[in-house]
Amino acid sequence: MAFAAFGSATPAKTSGPVKSGGRVALFLLLPGLAYLAAFFLTPLISLIVTSLQVPSVSGGYGTYDYALAIGNYWDVIASYYPQILRSFGFALVATVFALLISYPLAYFIGVTARRWPLLQGLMLTLVIAPFFISFLLRTFAWKQLFSNESWIVTTLQSLHVLSPDQYLVGTPFMVIFGLTYNFIPFMTLPLYTSLERLDIRLLEAGADLYATPAKIFRKITLPITMPGIISGTLLTFIPIAGDYVNASGDFLGGTGTAMIGNVVESKYLVQNNYPAASALSVLLMGAILLLVTFYVRRSGTEDLL
Amino acid sequence: MATEFVARGADLELVGIRKEFPGFTAIENLDLKIPAGEFFALLGPSGCGKTTTLRLVAGLEQPTAGRILIGGKDVTDMKPHQRPVNTVFQSYALFPHMNVLENVAFGLRQRKIEEPLAKAQDALKLVELEHLALRRPQQLSGGQQQRVALARALVNRPSLLLLDEPLGALDLKLRRQMQIELKAIQMEVGLTFLHVTHDQEEAMDMADTVAVMNKGRIEQMGAPEKLYDRPKTVFVSKFLGQSNLFVGEVTEQNATSLSINVSGSKLTVPKERAERHEGRIALGVRPEKANFHEDEAPASSAGLNIIGPGEIIDIRFTGVSNQYLIDIPNLGQVTVFAQNIGKSPVTELGAKVWVSWKVEHSFGLSDLPIDSVTESIAVL
Amino acid sequence: MKSFSLGRFALPVYAVIAFVYLLIPIAYTFVFSFNNSLKTNLIWRGFTLDKWANVCQQQGVCEAFGNSILIGVISTVFATTLGTMIAIALVRYRFKFRSAVSLLLFLPMATPEVVLGAGLASQFFSLGAQKGIATIIIAHIMFCLSFVVVTVKARVASLDPALEEAGRDLYGSPSQVFWKITFPLLLPGIMAAALLSFALSFDDFIITNFNSGSAMTFPKYVYTAAARGIPAEANVVGSGVFLLAIAIVISIQVRSAAKAKRLRRS
Repeated sequence: MAFAAFGSATPAKTSGPVKSGGRVALFLLLPGLAYLAAFFLTPLISLIVTSLQVPSVSGGYGTYDYALAIGNYWDVIASYYPQILRSFGFALVATVFALLISYPLAYFIGVTARRWPLLQGLMLTLVIAPFFISFLLRTFAWKQLFSNESWIVTTLQSLHVLSPDQYLVGTPFMVIFGLTYNFIPFMTLPLYTSLERLDIRLLEAGADLYATPAKIFRKITLPITMPGIISGTLLTFIPIAGDYVNASGDFLGGTGTAMIGNVVESKYLVQNNYPAASALSVLLMGAILLLVTFYVRRSGTEDLL
Repeated sequence: MATEFVARGADLELVGIRKEFPGFTAIENLDLKIPAGEFFALLGPSGCGKTTTLRLVAGLEQPTAGRILIGGKDVTDMKPHQRPVNTVFQSYALFPHMNVLENVAFGLRQRKIEEPLAKAQDALKLVELEHLALRRPQQLSGGQQQRVALARALVNRPSLLLLDEPLGALDLKLRRQMQIELKAIQMEVGLTFLHVTHDQEEAMDMADTVAVMNKGRIEQMGAPEKLYDRPKTVFVSKFLGQSNLFVGEVTEQNATSLSINVSGSKLTVPKERAERHEGRIALGVRPEKANFHEDEAPASSAGLNIIGPGEIIDIRFTGVSNQYLIDIPNLGQVTVFAQNIGKSPVTELGAKVWVSWKVEHSFGLSDLPIDSVTESIAVL
Repeated sequence: MKSFSLGRFALPVYAVIAFVYLLIPIAYTFVFSFNNSLKTNLIWRGFTLDKWANVCQQQGVCEAFGNSILIGVISTVFATTLGTMIAIALVRYRFKFRSAVSLLLFLPMATPEVVLGAGLASQFFSLGAQKGIATIIIAHIMFCLSFVVVTVKARVASLDPALEEAGRDLYGSPSQVFWKITFPLLLPGIMAAALLSFALSFDDFIITNFNSGSAMTFPKYVYTAAARGIPAEANVVGSGVFLLAIAIVISIQVRSAAKAKRLRRS
């Protein structure tokens, strides 16, 4: 199934003889790699080029000249450091929540439910069910459910959890809630993949060797499923850091919740300030690559594909 | 009906085969000739190059140097699908998306041979599986899968059938049964079988000729009885059954025999059973050819090698025989098998015994054990 | 086992709560597709089947939906073909620059969508390309490709190479072996990759938004409509797609479970 795409570790069985047929390999690789070179690598380069441009001397709106304006980067950092920090902060918190919510669920599906394959399959379907309906519709549904007139908000107000003029939509809480919700499947699936392969006999051996359930979890289950945790957190953190739908004012966000994505979108698509938008994108990309490299090195799973 | 599959087996000849993989050499320099119609076994531990040899013959690998001839025809540069050779794979490699009949018919269909299904059905009859023709391979037991793989190869009437440890996945009982069936089928269809295995009993039991392979070379080749009776190298003497080895300098010899001195004991071997006739040589005897004597040393005679006294340090009961491990000072440990016929000489640990065997049961090897320490470990 | 008894009650209860949480917005969307709404779809005004019956009367919904299907299908065909080829090469062949190739395939998955979207938009801008359906398809193939490679690669790696060798041994030429053995055995993986690719393409909004120009897709329609209120017809389309997809997945699962049972029985 599609779940495999989020699979973490490389499959247990490596296939035997590897051929060294240069020409066949080239024929198989070239079209796809050329495609990525043309529509992934070159765009990144043109993004960097754009990020260094200056407004056109002819003064036309939305036109820019080639330059080496490194200053663009300092400008966007100075203007938008709150949004940059907020993006990574939100992403961190939402990723942690998603992990805490997903792990027990993935454990239940992958380990406890092992004896009932049909139930296991149905539960997996429920996990990916949100994929089958536009995430914009789902996010909008949460907005309605938590809207200012909703019973949730009025109940919370009458319980004095919220003051009468306090609402949920537009707050950081709501944005993080939406981000967490939207990316739970991305976390659950890789966790499931590694938990599903977990050999129960290892846990029994742990129990046999006097480990308490908590110790078994910490010393056996957790280390063995670490590849799943790593790919899950990466698959969650990266898209969250670049998301702008949840934080958008039309969905769960408000005035004080804008993330980098919101700035890039408005700079690029509304204000046509391509250099600023590109500079921010390059910064985001660079920061994420640094984080990924560091994270993957630390956790020791080099083989990402 | 089986006559349908009687193929003219062809002889196989490997000339100066060398196979290098990045980082290591799997086969150093291999010359081999297998006569048509023979059941030939390549025996060796894992990593000895036997499977590589088989893959070279099948065309699944290309040799770095050397030629491969089947029925006198050079097939070295032919692709696998152009060679008159079929393989029974170790994992059977039955196509999971086809039923048994389609699996068997696959080769016939590729060569556009008429009535593939009828011929496949006949092949299934040969292995007594015609009633399972419409099953999927996953629904069969290991032994049944093995027979389907055999039928799938035989139906093509290859000149040469390659068997890559085909019995490895089966349990002991089924394995015995399949060995008998496989041998019967080979006799029936009369084609050349090249069987690769690490199981010495299987090789000796089934093959007309066994070649023992080690580290990319063939150490010794011959009929199973000959190999067992008269191993020529340390490796063969240890891999094919067990051996007690003694190393010593040749001290005297006459026209028919030579003697070595091992820490004061004189051990004799007939000249025709020794590879080398001077210097330090290794002399061996099979554990079941040796006897031991309690209380007093046997009367020394020209036809008998006697060592001892030593102490019994371990006794193992294996059903058909008792295996005694005897420690002899300055000589090391010696294993003796005594058939379990209810009147075993000794059943006590610590007993003081002498060991003897007939001179004509000794054999002299061409090489020496790596060292006596690893030697005694190997015997253990 | 006593030591795992905590899981006996706590975990199932937790799982039920988690599933309710995951499904709430879906249920909401579904329920409000039956709302007898006026222009916006915010307050419950009573049950109606009108929106399901006349979904295309809402301007733009069906056109956007059709575009999304078209883009999804074309992107999936290309991404699946290119990705499958790469996956086979990665598992079965040894070649130079292997780690560079792996990195190139991993990077698109590690790049936030805004960056991919803005980058491609800059590219199209500097090439002077007109944004529209074609540029959306180009973008979707690009980001689906890596996911296809990962999915199919797992399948290739679990395929016993002896099966292909047996095919060659049994007189199959390289192309016969590929089409009669390799391809049918990889098909479940390729199908899974295609489904995933379609789902990713169909649901993509961020990259599409940067590269669509005036072309409309379903997610973009929803995003644009969100400012003034999403019409119930959008809920109808979303719910319809959801029900169809769930039905397909569940029927596949039930069928393969029944097949597994049959295999076990005999």
